[in-house]
Amino acid sequence: MTGPAAIEVRDVTKEFVVRRRVGRVRRERVVVRAVDSLSLSVRPGEMVGYIGPNGAGKSTLIKILTGILLPTAGTVRVAGLDPQRHRVATARRVGVVFGQRSQLWWDLPLADSFDLLRSVYRVPAARHRANLDAFVDLLDLGPFLGTPVRQLSLGQRMRGEITAALLHDPAVVYLDEPTIGLDVVSKARVREFLARVNTERGVTVVLTTHDLDDVERLCSRLVVVDRGRLVYDGTVEDVKARYAPDRTLVVDLEPGAPPPPGAVRSDGPRHWIPFRRDETTAAAIVATLAGLRDLTVEEPGIEEVVRRMYRDEARR
Amino acid sequence: MRLGSFGGGSFGDSFLPYWQVARRSFQRYATYRGATAAGVFTNTLFGFMKVAVLLAVYRQAAGPGGRIGAFDETDVVTFTFVSQGLLTTMGAYVGMQLAERIRSGDVVADLYRPLHFPGYWLAHDLGRAGYQLLARGLPPVLIGALVFTYRLPPDGRAAAAFALSLGLAALVSFAIRYLVILSGFWVVDVRGPWSLTGFVLMFFAGLIVPLNFFPAWLDRLARMTPFPALVQTPIEIFLGKAPGGAAAALAYQAVWAAALLALAERVTRRAFRKVVVHGG
Amino acid sequence: MGDAAALYWRLVGAQVRGAWQYRLSFAALTVGSTLATVLDLLAIVVIFEQAESLAGWTFDEVLLLYAATAVPFGIADLFVSPVEDTWEHVRLGVFDRYLIRPAGAFAQVCGDGFQLRRAGRIVQPLAALGLAVSRVDARWSGGRALFLVLTVAAGTAIYGAIWALTASGAFWATEAREVANSFTYGGGFLAQYPLDVVTGSLRRLTLIVPLAFVNYLPVTWLLGRPDALGLPAWAPFLAPAVAAALCAAAALAWRAGVRHYRGAGS
Repeated sequence: MTGPAAIEVRDVTKEFVVRRRVGRVRRERVVVRAVDSLSLSVRPGEMVGYIGPNGAGKSTLIKILTGILLPTAGTVRVAGLDPQRHRVATARRVGVVFGQRSQLWWDLPLADSFDLLRSVYRVPAARHRANLDAFVDLLDLGPFLGTPVRQLSLGQRMRGEITAALLHDPAVVYLDEPTIGLDVVSKARVREFLARVNTERGVTVVLTTHDLDDVERLCSRLVVVDRGRLVYDGTVEDVKARYAPDRTLVVDLEPGAPPPPGAVRSDGPRHWIPFRRDETTAAAIVATLAGLRDLTVEEPGIEEVVRRMYRDEARR
Repeated sequence: MRLGSFGGGSFGDSFLPYWQVARRSFQRYATYRGATAAGVFTNTLFGFMKVAVLLAVYRQAAGPGGRIGAFDETDVVTFTFVSQGLLTTMGAYVGMQLAERIRSGDVVADLYRPLHFPGYWLAHDLGRAGYQLLARGLPPVLIGALVFTYRLPPDGRAAAAFALSLGLAALVSFAIRYLVILSGFWVVDVRGPWSLTGFVLMFFAGLIVPLNFFPAWLDRLARMTPFPALVQTPIEIFLGKAPGGAAAALAYQAVWAAALLALAERVTRRAFRKVVVHGG
Repeated sequence: MGDAAALYWRLVGAQVRGAWQYRLSFAALTVGSTLATVLDLLAIVVIFEQAESLAGWTFDEVLLLYAATAVPFGIADLFVSPVEDTWEHVRLGVFDRYLIRPAGAFAQVCGDGFQLRRAGRIVQPLAALGLAVSRVDARWSGGRALFLVLTVAAGTAIYGAIWALTASGAFWATEAREVANSFTYGGGFLAQYPLDVVTGSLRRLTLIVPLAFVNYLPVTWLLGRPDALGLPAWAPFLAPAVAAALCAAAALAWRAGVRHYRGAGS
């Protein structure tokens, strides 16, 4: 994918002035750097996982990208526009889902929210209709289109929110914790939908989440922040290679077969053989084994990977 | 006028003894310092404006040193500032978390808690009233005193009677608001009865103009309701001008407090029966 | 600008449709709103039970004065008072939702907060206005009737601007809502009575918070009364200019407020 970046962040810093109470009466002014000289470039059509521990400044950066918040320093371009100066024009090309806060009209039926958003974003009626029909179908919204939003379950509401964010064909979509609190079925539906929208419509997606399954399944690229600073920016595979090179081949051999060389643990016919990703492959080890009945490969999940990443960062 | 804020706080207090509940409520309201200061500003400003209008009426109607009903100018000035001070404490627009809990249905959980439901909310409200009596009651009165002269209670007994009267007024105020909010178990939207009660309450409590300004028949009608007990009666005791004497005024308040609290008890039981039968 | 208006009306329509679902509640609340204004009028009636005139104003004259503020106040209440919701939105952190959208926040807040029941606050004052006009000797003519209509229009703009201006405070001092109330509701209350009643400093205040231009100055002109502020005879005709200036100030304050909110975060 070539062409101008969908999102271009250069040396963005955001400082907050916080008044903290010191002792009983006095207050001191403390400057907190929520985002510290962060630079990031997202190409059109990418789906980026954006993760970090709580307080890392994730929401702050999203707010800066949407124009809700003005940065203290640095430049931002979204779909070629500056959200700081041209909030309205940028807003038209962007969709947002805040997992914790609803964008929909609480007391009105879901369909009314969609209709109002058509006026808000000034979407031509035909295109709106086409999009809505497609999304209703993909996310199975039909049964509760007439239900007031406050009566919807969390899963239903999230599906509504995501639809609302995409109805106006935005170039960029920010999803802030879209699967939080959802049951397994709803999560799967939402993930499938997002993957589809990304591939079929070329929408650039920035996905903020604590659910690392989301990242693993959906995102080709991972951006990790901690304490306002960029800690990692690369593919999921590279992250694993760098922070979790260790894998374990678990083999079931024929009963009575001796433990293979390199096995650190044996339990009857089952043997655990650790190896490093950068040194060899599972296939290579398997080739040396005789009497193989069954095998699996264990490796640290992305949770563990990120945990190690934070630990490393903390040490710095 | 819009519904007042319901104040924050979790329902974890429900297992504490009532004294603690009241204290917690007091402390919680004490944290809203900015809002309290802003409220004092408004109350005081209104006090000055009302005094200006009412004094103009006096100059016209009664001449200097004249009276309207039992009140003379000094009485009216005192009345206005003290009533502005009492506005938030006894007033109609202080909502309770309770209204929200009933609307959302969370209140069903309270059925299973080992507390006396109205008692809990009374303690909660008294904590609030205590704080607001000090924080929003005193400042307007003190500021008004910088400009005007008041009539103060004639002796220690009158002052004590006034203190007692305030306590009884707080009970009556709670009972009225509690009963209105409890209608939320039967009525979908409690805001209608709430604002209606609010207007009637404001008018007959003497918060718009002192009851002494009313034509005789309206004054009599008002005193048949519990509303004057909230503001008019305590201030009349303060001024030493309670019709029939302080004792009769206190009795009037006490009777209404008892009757309304008893009613609150019965309605609570009815409400819980309804919830159990209909499943919230 | 036209788009903002179109969006505003769509949002209003959605609110009205939503409220219409609960007809009984809507009816009760409208009645409540109407009664609220009746209380104000009742206070005046009760006062005139005691006194023949108030600072030289007869009951009919005060009725005209009252209606000349209550009608514009009610109209502004219906269309602009929802901007008060900004205090809540900012406090709860939901104001962001308005900034996400490609539309001005002001029109969105006012549209979303529209409640048709507030129209009840216009009913009684309109009736009072009609009654007062018929009873007061103001040498009514076509021109004077037009003057009265323009007075109401300017008054509506002034109250609307006061609402917007004070609500902008929400972006700076989230707890100061009641201070704003003392200007909006307090102002509405003060204007119901002849300014002759209040002392010099409060009187002059009604020129800065231009309540005097809402009803007092125009009505004193209509009645041929001397005004307590001692202004030149053409002062009442400044009302539209004052209204325009105040609206401009309100727009600036709102914009500055939003800019501050975006800089400081929530």
